[in-house]
Amino acid sequence: MNEYLKIFFIILQRDLMLAFRNKAEFINPLMFFIIVIILFPLAFGSDSALLKQLTSGIIWITALLATCLSLESIFRSDFEDGSIEQLTLTRYPLTLLVSAKITAHWMIFGIPLIIIALLTGFVLSLPNQTMLALFITLLLGTPVLSLIGAITVALTIGLRGGMLLSLLILPLYMPVLIFSMLAVQNATLGQSIAAEIYFLAGILVLAMTLAPITTAAALRIRLS
Amino acid sequence: MTMYKTLHRWFHQFASPKYFYDISHAISRWLTIICIICFIAGLYGGLVLAPADYQQGDSFRIMYVHVPAAWMSLFIYMVMAISGGIGLIWHIKLAEIVAKSSAPIGATFTFLALVTGSIWGKPMWGTWWVWDARLTSELILLFLYLGYIALQSAFEDRRVAARAGAILALVGMVNIPIIHYSVEWWSTLHQGPTVTKLDKPSIHLSMLIPLLFMTVAFKTFYATSLLIRVRTEILKYECNTSWVKQLLRDYKNVTN
Repeated sequence: MNEYLKIFFIILQRDLMLAFRNKAEFINPLMFFIIVIILFPLAFGSDSALLKQLTSGIIWITALLATCLSLESIFRSDFEDGSIEQLTLTRYPLTLLVSAKITAHWMIFGIPLIIIALLTGFVLSLPNQTMLALFITLLLGTPVLSLIGAITVALTIGLRGGMLLSLLILPLYMPVLIFSMLAVQNATLGQSIAAEIYFLAGILVLAMTLAPITTAAALRIRLS
Repeated sequence: MTMYKTLHRWFHQFASPKYFYDISHAISRWLTIICIICFIAGLYGGLVLAPADYQQGDSFRIMYVHVPAAWMSLFIYMVMAISGGIGLIWHIKLAEIVAKSSAPIGATFTFLALVTGSIWGKPMWGTWWVWDARLTSELILLFLYLGYIALQSAFEDRRVAARAGAILALVGMVNIPIIHYSVEWWSTLHQGPTVTKLDKPSIHLSMLIPLLFMTVAFKTFYATSLLIRVRTEILKYECNTSWVKQLLRDYKNVTN
């Protein structure tokens, strides 16, 4: 068990180090996230009441789009230089190695995204309860995005065109978006958000349990 | 144990492409006959015999296409995902072919359900489209089908395509109840179920019977068109085997 934990952290450390060595890879999706958020006030005008109503929705949709762009980086470089094949040949379960890589992706992409989203909400002076709901939903939701995303990336890795990835992934993201937006709306109205939070947490647990296994299976198929 | 063995042997014989190709021709002929009879009975009963609805007038009759199509859209997705899973686990070629051939039919039924629902919605709700729970989840289902087809066509190797598609279909199947209920709680306008209630259907018998006929007609139509597609796919899969070559030679001799 201890050995498995060690391997998990070695892979995690490796992926984090690779990301920091190649900063563009993980900064570009975040830049995209910020730019798209800025586009909305330009399109809808600077009417602050309207914007306040839309902000949390804008943040969530932009987060989904930015995730689509960032996901490829989970496996692409490994696929190109062949190290993913080396990983499948080790005596450790591929599920474990894959979950380390997904965790790394969430740390590189999800955590900065949450921070930027909160900063945006703060600058646009969202009410406190909305900010709290936004924070909790992003905290529970972004890992799900990375987990489900990893499956589709594993399926489409090495295929031409990134469009296919977005086509496959966005329908699968809809429940997360719906529950998060319900929570944010209820919070804005001053109502309890416990039900939605529990449901998001449930989806997260389900994704954490099944997604690494599925991703490993998908990778094996692609490499066979 | 012996029963299990018999079943096992039967299963493998049935799943062998050549055997399936031979028997499916007869099956599909019978299914076509059942399909046509049920279609005629269902359409006559639904459009002529059934009385007009006291609230919706004659426009409720679109139900006889809309409801079976919507049922089929979910049913075919289940077939696709389960047979994909069988192909993934036991490497049964026939299951892969069934999954692959089901996708376009399922997508078509989903599209049909959406279009007929929209046509029904215009006189009833006064609008072609609302962001209602049922409509939205059906639309998402259409995108799941299209994503599956897109993924299938992205691979050159048929076996890899089938297995990758199976994984996507299974992930989608886990997601379908979640999508369904999430959308349900998010917003709803669509009328509740009237047939599948456990105690007693709240639909009158004279309206229900044509609907059941139409359901059987749609099911057999799916089975027939699936068999045609599967037979074509089998020929493509097995084009290098001796029995397909023999079949082609026989066919050439007959046409000459």
